[in-house]
Amino acid sequence: MDVLIYGTVNSVVFALIALGFTLVYGVSRVPNFAHGSIYILVGFLTWSFVNDLKMNYAFAIVVSLAIAAAIGLFIYQFILIRLRGMPTSEIIASFAVSLIILEGLRMQGIAGFKGFIGPFYVLRPFIEGKLKIAGVFVDYQRLIIIAAGVALVIVLWLFTHHTKMGLSLRAIAQDEQAAMMLGVNSDRMAMISLSIGSALAGLAAVTILPLGNITAETGYRVLIYALAVCIIGGLGSWVGAVLASFVIGFAMKLSTAIFGAMWESVVLVGTIILILLFKPSGLLGKQKELEERV
Amino acid sequence: MTTEARRKERLDRSIKVRTETLYALTSWREMGYLFVPRFVLIAGLLLLPLILGMYWQRVLCTAGIYALLALGFDFLAEYVGLVCLGGAFFIGSGGYISGLLNAHFGFPPLLCIPIATVAGAAVSTLVLLPCLRLRGIYFAIISFMFPLFAVYIIIALNVFGGTEGISALDILPNTWVEQYLILGVILFALFAFRRLVSEDIGLIWRGIKDNDQAVKASGVDITAYKTKAVFIAALIGCFGGAYLSHLYGWLGISLFAMDFSILPIAASVMGGMGTLVGPVLGAFILTPLSELLRGFGQLRVVLYCLILIGFIVYKPEGFMNVLQRKYHQFERWEVV
Repeated sequence: MDVLIYGTVNSVVFALIALGFTLVYGVSRVPNFAHGSIYILVGFLTWSFVNDLKMNYAFAIVVSLAIAAAIGLFIYQFILIRLRGMPTSEIIASFAVSLIILEGLRMQGIAGFKGFIGPFYVLRPFIEGKLKIAGVFVDYQRLIIIAAGVALVIVLWLFTHHTKMGLSLRAIAQDEQAAMMLGVNSDRMAMISLSIGSALAGLAAVTILPLGNITAETGYRVLIYALAVCIIGGLGSWVGAVLASFVIGFAMKLSTAIFGAMWESVVLVGTIILILLFKPSGLLGKQKELEERV
Repeated sequence: MTTEARRKERLDRSIKVRTETLYALTSWREMGYLFVPRFVLIAGLLLLPLILGMYWQRVLCTAGIYALLALGFDFLAEYVGLVCLGGAFFIGSGGYISGLLNAHFGFPPLLCIPIATVAGAAVSTLVLLPCLRLRGIYFAIISFMFPLFAVYIIIALNVFGGTEGISALDILPNTWVEQYLILGVILFALFAFRRLVSEDIGLIWRGIKDNDQAVKASGVDITAYKTKAVFIAALIGCFGGAYLSHLYGWLGISLFAMDFSILPIAASVMGGMGTLVGPVLGAFILTPLSELLRGFGQLRVVLYCLILIGFIVYKPEGFMNVLQRKYHQFERWEVV
């Protein structure tokens, strides 16, 4: 029971982390390696707004999400726009942005804020307290995470299938030239998707981070988890991404329960390698399968 | 209303065309045209240890390791199409194998290094083998994950010295052996890679980079060729790692540090991807620069990244491509 409930929570955490990345890469083909760093940056900004500037918690979250979206815009408009169509350069440049943010945060006194070293940066949960479900104590924050995850998947699915902007986003993923012929401004769309993706990373950060500390290392882990979910799930498939989060989430929780916590990352790599060996295009990958891999 | 438009015209120098084939042997001038740039490179590298002081000699050795990694990165990215962000894994596997052989079996460094070079490359290739079916961003990220996970595993299992590492390994006999060993390997690797990519196998690799489906459709086993390429690139990376552990007489999890993955990439982009010699020179410029900035700590990584972004956005061809163009071609403005 313990494994079941915490496994579910863990899986939803993975899904939340990966959604932004899936949206940006799976939908508009821009590999946003700055995903993890934006996640951490939003956590840090929120903490800093609440504790240094004494802002209201909800307001601080909104402001930092807006900043995240602006950073997404900035990254696309000033850096990635010059590199479109050159995947190697896109990867290297966005990864460099990520390192600048993370290593910059690791240093003390960035932008007039207090230092960012030490294990003392913890966001407050939205609602304190615990609930007893089937004999297991679950705190409210974990329930909020599940609710947020489910809501986000539904909203994003509706957005990409039933709004004009969402449909244009998918159009440039499938065939950029044809989409441009039909009047979709592909640069503008890619920019929007990057900024939505960054905001989603931030949203994941403010819901998940109250469970732990804000550290720069988390940024690298988040990037790796997001990519692991994308690789296992297959691109362009929301169902695949959600399924993959559950595969990873439960695999990691089960291994912790059976072998102990230190095997978590070993199991993660093992899962990825096994799935790649037997199904190189991911669990449910369909989009551009041949061109994309193997 | 007429406006006069100009365009820049670039033409190959006639001497470049003359020196492309056997006719290069017709006169001293042609031979000199081919010989001088190579001679300047070789002589420059070999003279460096003689003119540098003690401290900078050590920096030269470190720069050499980065240069090897940059060479391997450039080779994999530009000639095989595999963007490998995990250079630290090569350093780590080479360094650990060599150090453990030395610490547990007491082999001398000059025996450990060749064994670790081959064994480390074999291990790295084996680990990367399942991922070779991927390409582009997928391969990039998986290769980036390996050094991180190697660190987690070493800490979790507390093997190979755990977080402390193993110190007091045997070091290389003297500072001249140290420096000329790495410089010799760099020069050898550089010219060997140049030769390799213009052989038939290089043609297949470039085919895989440009359109792997077409190569596959021609009945070529692309995974086998990618495996060979990774093994070759891992060889020089693992040599660097093995050399590093005997340079400082120490091994530990910082052999998997991110510096080994990032600086070679910055050096390649700065030096000019695809030229092979550019990344090597880039490493010899960036490493002393980062040494000067040692006082800034983590800020160094930020600095590499700024250089990286600056070059990739504003000067994506890198300085070596520009130099080569100036050497081989002349430019003039032409009215059209």
